[in-house]
Amino acid sequence: MSNPLKGSSLLMKLIDPLAPTKSDQYPFTASPRSYIVLLLAGIAMTVISVAVGMSEAFLEQFYFSYLIGWVFCVSITLGCLFIVLIKHLVRSKWIVSLRRIPEASAASFPLLIILSIPVIIGLLDPHGPYHHWTTEGIADPTSEHYDEIVSGKVAYLNIPFFLGRMAFYFIAWTFISSRLWRLSVLQDITHDPHLSVRMRHLSAWGLPVAAITTAFAAFDFLMTLDPHWFSTIFGVYFFAGAFLAAFCFTTLTIAGLQRAGMLKGVVTREHYHDLGKLMFGFVVFWAYIGFSQYMLIWYGGIPEETAWFKYRLQNGWETHSGILLFGHFIIPFIILLPRAIKRFATPLAIIAVWLLVMQWFDIHWQAMPVLHKDQAQFHWLDLSCWVGLTSLLVGAFLWRFSRHAIVCEGDPKLEKSLRFENV
Amino acid sequence: MIKKILQGIKATMGIYEARTDGVYGLLAEFPHPGALIDAARKIRESGYQHFDTHSPFPIHGMDRAMGLGQSKVGYLTLIGGISGLGLATWLQWWTSAIDYPINISGKPFFALEPAIPIMFELTVLLAALLTVGGMLAMNGLPRPYNPLFYSREFLRVTDDAFFLHIAASDSNFDLQETEALLKNFGASSVEVIHDHGHSDLNSA
Repeated sequence: MSNPLKGSSLLMKLIDPLAPTKSDQYPFTASPRSYIVLLLAGIAMTVISVAVGMSEAFLEQFYFSYLIGWVFCVSITLGCLFIVLIKHLVRSKWIVSLRRIPEASAASFPLLIILSIPVIIGLLDPHGPYHHWTTEGIADPTSEHYDEIVSGKVAYLNIPFFLGRMAFYFIAWTFISSRLWRLSVLQDITHDPHLSVRMRHLSAWGLPVAAITTAFAAFDFLMTLDPHWFSTIFGVYFFAGAFLAAFCFTTLTIAGLQRAGMLKGVVTREHYHDLGKLMFGFVVFWAYIGFSQYMLIWYGGIPEETAWFKYRLQNGWETHSGILLFGHFIIPFIILLPRAIKRFATPLAIIAVWLLVMQWFDIHWQAMPVLHKDQAQFHWLDLSCWVGLTSLLVGAFLWRFSRHAIVCEGDPKLEKSLRFENV
Repeated sequence: MIKKILQGIKATMGIYEARTDGVYGLLAEFPHPGALIDAARKIRESGYQHFDTHSPFPIHGMDRAMGLGQSKVGYLTLIGGISGLGLATWLQWWTSAIDYPINISGKPFFALEPAIPIMFELTVLLAALLTVGGMLAMNGLPRPYNPLFYSREFLRVTDDAFFLHIAASDSNFDLQETEALLKNFGASSVEVIHDHGHSDLNSA
């Protein structure tokens, strides 16, 4: 089969591996300014953050701030990948009319690989966020850096293996997501129902692979910041936040596109209702997992485990923990409870923004107490890295999204999705 | 007065009183689901309230056609959830900190951390029980005796027939006029149902 979707330049492949396709029925009608502004603002902010952050005075802070912003972007992209994988596996019909959004977002992994360079530099830097276990002589009893606990973990915690794992995660995620993206766009052209079967077969092995790599990615990127501590549920906790963030991102994108006059009559109040229900469900799931992690450690009362929470319950971090409890669970839980809220774009979009901020706040809360044990604080680099990377990610997403039909118009289930109604 | 209120409540559950002469209502058969939806909408627009539709499978859009509105069972769920949460909190606090405090490995007599799983479970349990119980009650179920069972035709409702039933207790009900109206709205046959107060289907 000839490949009508073969992409052009290498740089362009970073944005979108596929050549642009035309759609008569569902084209992207907004001006290119929408994503060019986001992209340029994102690049400018990221470059300034990196340039300033790499100076002596800010280096330690920068590595952490950048890692948090980058993990935030990875979490949204991963969450979107999970939405698409699960959609194909359960053959859900309602989501077809809005599937293109998580699909296009999940194809951001090549960009995230490029954006991971400062993280890798941080890993190799003796003053980087992972310096606790990357230090020379950590497993050598005669060295002054000897750490008995970490020396038992060197088989896993060493730089080559870390880089190898990281490469594996990103190759797997890129492979799965870009294949799903390609097959779906191909279906726009051919209207071949067999492509749905191929996407389902891919998802059947893609989902467990994505699940396991996500859990280990969470261990690697966030848990190893404090290498003495361990929690087996940490990967699920990261997934819960990522999945929730992906639904928020999807909802927000749809609300924005509809404001720009697209997807009218395609994504209806009924679809908002379902997105709202999923947001509500995963607000609860996040709290359930977060609490499970906390309660077992509280009950066990073993110092090597409780220390992690102790750092987060003193020196101002207790305020952050409280904000997380109320802002990420109790308040959105109560707001999302009534049916009416979930059926209207504006309130749902506001909650989506709020929960996305909370997702970043959650990652900040996990990572930052490692650096600032003595005083909870925000740094302007936290903000500039986060906003810069996110704007870059969203700009690239919109650009990719604009190059194809904005609805999976070749999917045989689209008709049913358009007529979908909550009973 | 109280009897009237009770009758009103029972009517919302689909349980209607027969007239003093034993007439329970009219049962009209419709040829297909579309005709049934159509008829339900027209019957509602004609001002009838005590009517119900019966079909072998759920028909999308029937709720709106009948003017049923949003289910109120969600409020019962909320009440159940809050009661469960309150009960679990009180139960654990009173038993372990007030009535019979025991020191277990130096833990506080009452703390939120170990109490939350039970609070969560009882919230879910009572919310679920009240949802299912409330749903059954609001639907007037279980209902082993229903005068509609006197109709031989009605047996086909679980197979291939679509029925609309207007109760005699409706204030607009008139045997001739309502029958004419149903025929007019596309009923293929209309049958008068009498409530005998006992089951004689086999001897009929």
